[in-house]
Amino acid sequence: MSTTRASNAELPLQQYENVVIRFAGDSGDGMQITGNQFTHTAAVLGNDLATFPDFPAEIRAPAGTKPGVSGFQVRFSSSDIHTPGDQPDVLVAMNPAALAINIKDLKPGGIVIANTGQFAERDLAKAGLASNPLTDGSLKAFRVIEVDINQRVKEALEGSPLSPKEVQRCKNFYTLGLMYWLYNRPLENTLKWLGEKFASKPDLRDANQKALQAGFNAGDIHELFQGRYDVKPCTSMPPGTYRNIMGNEALAMGLVAGTELAGLTLYCGSYPITPASGILEQLASYKNYGVLTFQAEDEIAAICAAIGASYAGHLGMTSTSGPGMALKSEAMGLAVSLELPLVIVDVQRGGPSTGLPTKTEQADLLQAIFGRNSEAPIPVLACSMPADAFETAIEACRIAVQYMTPVILLSDGYIANGSEPWRLPKVEELQRFPVQFLTKAPEGGFLPYARDAKRARPWVKPGTPGLEHRIGGIEKSHLTGNINYDPLNHEFMVRMRNDKVMGVRDSIPTPKPMGPDSGDLLVLGWGSTAGSIASAVEVVQAKGKKVAAMHLPHVWPLPKGLDTIFARYKAVLLPEMNLGQMARILRSEYPGVNFVSYPKVQGQPFFTAELVTKIEELLQTKR
Amino acid sequence: MTLDNAPLTKKDLKSDQEVRWCPGCGDYAILNSVQGILAGLGIPRHQMLFVSGIGCSSRFPYYMNTYGLHSIHGRAPAFATGIKTANPELSVWMVTGDGDGLSIGGNHFAHILRRNVDVKILLFNNEVYGLTKGQFSPTSPQGMKTKTSPMGSIERPMNPVSFALGCGASFVARTIDTHQKHMEQTLLAAAHHKGAALVEIYQNCVIFNDGAFEPVAEKSVRDDKTIDLRPGEPLVFGKAHDKGLKMAGWEPAIVEAAQADTWKADHASPGPAFAMAQMQSLPGMPRPIGIFRSVEAPLFDHGMNEQVQRAVAKKGKGTLKDLIYSGEMWTVR
Repeated sequence: MSTTRASNAELPLQQYENVVIRFAGDSGDGMQITGNQFTHTAAVLGNDLATFPDFPAEIRAPAGTKPGVSGFQVRFSSSDIHTPGDQPDVLVAMNPAALAINIKDLKPGGIVIANTGQFAERDLAKAGLASNPLTDGSLKAFRVIEVDINQRVKEALEGSPLSPKEVQRCKNFYTLGLMYWLYNRPLENTLKWLGEKFASKPDLRDANQKALQAGFNAGDIHELFQGRYDVKPCTSMPPGTYRNIMGNEALAMGLVAGTELAGLTLYCGSYPITPASGILEQLASYKNYGVLTFQAEDEIAAICAAIGASYAGHLGMTSTSGPGMALKSEAMGLAVSLELPLVIVDVQRGGPSTGLPTKTEQADLLQAIFGRNSEAPIPVLACSMPADAFETAIEACRIAVQYMTPVILLSDGYIANGSEPWRLPKVEELQRFPVQFLTKAPEGGFLPYARDAKRARPWVKPGTPGLEHRIGGIEKSHLTGNINYDPLNHEFMVRMRNDKVMGVRDSIPTPKPMGPDSGDLLVLGWGSTAGSIASAVEVVQAKGKKVAAMHLPHVWPLPKGLDTIFARYKAVLLPEMNLGQMARILRSEYPGVNFVSYPKVQGQPFFTAELVTKIEELLQTKR
Repeated sequence: MTLDNAPLTKKDLKSDQEVRWCPGCGDYAILNSVQGILAGLGIPRHQMLFVSGIGCSSRFPYYMNTYGLHSIHGRAPAFATGIKTANPELSVWMVTGDGDGLSIGGNHFAHILRRNVDVKILLFNNEVYGLTKGQFSPTSPQGMKTKTSPMGSIERPMNPVSFALGCGASFVARTIDTHQKHMEQTLLAAAHHKGAALVEIYQNCVIFNDGAFEPVAEKSVRDDKTIDLRPGEPLVFGKAHDKGLKMAGWEPAIVEAAQADTWKADHASPGPAFAMAQMQSLPGMPRPIGIFRSVEAPLFDHGMNEQVQRAVAKKGKGTLKDLIYSGEMWTVR
């Protein structure tokens, strides 16, 4: 049979610089696993990459319906990239709902791989479609490749001891195999992963491995495609050792590393919440690094236990998302008053209230900076990319212990679940900042609220003889820390706490613009807009425009020297996934600067193209 | 300078801060008893730590010359859990009240008991809100008239002992602020218990709820109106030690002292302790004080640290290099 025509394996390989694939299916179809496996293989092959998982809040919405559609976008490239791409080149649609939801994003002329085994009348009805898009002509603009994956998997796994239902669960690996063939990827990584994942379930292991192989072989055997594609390794990545990393993972690792660099033990008090739970889960797996994890009864108990641990001499931290931040705010105020180190991680999601739990947003900025009763200043940092979460977390630990203060570390859903290659830092190059606990009374006696050059008070571990002292949320006397209701002492302490936090700017660098150091426009970002901004600015710079990009890892206090940078550009554009919160702050801090706010609050990151359009529009009006 | 190993006196445990409770407040007697028994425990001062929430009782840590944390309303159990799990060597004491512990902090209160964190919990129950000036609390009796319940509270009060038993507490006791000897022996039993130990203390608020416990706690009636639950001893009460309790069917009944059951605080089930705790709903029965329950249970603080030790023993202590250089890696030259 296979000798009747030349094998497709001999089809010519077409080279692409980068490709964006979106896998879309039911929540139960395993699209996240499929996407992650494809990503993993691309990473090991040396592509630069970025991913964007996009899934519903419901764990398993009714099968086949639009609310149940789960997607995973991966972009892999032979050149440097900063985003998972605006539009997919390929859409894998496991059912009509997945097709209907995602087709509007597909690039004109893009490829649709549709699982026709799931396009019967009742499937169309579940997706709420009046007609079959595969036959009604609505996909004219695309190249549609129809594969009955249900049937193919059934055939491939004939004789498997698995039930027919279990056999159908292997569809995603058949699909992955097909994509591996199309993009000339080896199967080894995924075969190995399946072997490990299902080590104790050989039937599942064999079936999934077989489905993967069958999907790959189908590319050869069936005349589905006119050609195969390849994306060469990225050679412009700086030399080094790399691994693929997700944001939550990198952030958790950064906290472990930061604690180690401080010479402390990490104590995580957290309560599960989307999209931050991964941090608690990751830290729970780091017990052999000495990490203590406490899954508390609620958000409040989580931060309170972390503060208690910090009082006891560990580095306490808590991870949460917006609604949890709201609950923790009273305890944050206490941490400000106690002047104990603490790291509070807020993985932002769409709000208000429950909002869009699985979608991204940056609208907790003002809450992070100001969201507590009275004057309760807290330094705020923001991660910008999955890999960068590692060093930002270390920086959060450094500020917390050096200034004896709670620190808020902002991430968001886009960073948390996205992944990219991470160039691993050399351990010996990570700067240590060991904590010196006070162990005996200094000359002149022990004063719990005495201060060092950074205005930090001494940290004493309970259990230290001779330094017994009491601290609490009532206003304290300067130096002694005893209860004090005196009006002037109160103002003194309010100013002291504020000066201490503002003093953090003495130990943080001034960011540098990327591109011309003066010009028509500076595109300024903070948090996860970094990738989109960098991509867009590269596009307009290539067209010869005098536009630079700059990013703020420290969002409060703002670093020194921003005023002189801003003064060198005619305008500063601020794309934010909120209604302009950073713009509001910058306008009050730097009144003379022409800030242009560019808000987007759709639960989705900025597309490169929309930023390019906005930048070009601004440059037009400037003329 | 005090020597670390010199035995402590009560005076050593008094801080230099002026005590600011109302004159005649039951808190003074409790502070005095706590300082008294702690001095005799053989624990150095620097290993003792007092945690509290918000309320009159929660000022307690400021008056102890130990480590102390005056935290936020209702959350003391969470702070205490963080402290004790971070450093299980410390002797951690928590002070709370009926509002702090059972209203705003009811959730955390349940969980510290359920988890059996090795913390000694003193619940000052005065059946009223003191620091906010006299509103009804979750333990106030039905019908109590206060500024927020001018026509009488329509709430049913909760019973802290029953609640603690329901949470699976490993040690539950009750004592009375005016009964110094009983208070000291109860606190001592709590101090020696390994695990979360709850002591409910009937505490008189002279300003907003004066005499709330007088019907059972006043000296002249106390022996007839209360019964001291002493593990291993018969359930006998009365001035003349002439009355006893015996389980009759599902409920305890008053019998002659000679027929009294012997009290056991370590039954496999907390059922008998519940029966005692709920006895006050039966007319004419004495109010139980003493030790309702005292059983061994795994310690949460120990468990958390033991898992870390086990992981380190199994996988070796992770280094920064192990942490970062993990997973599938590749090299770009």
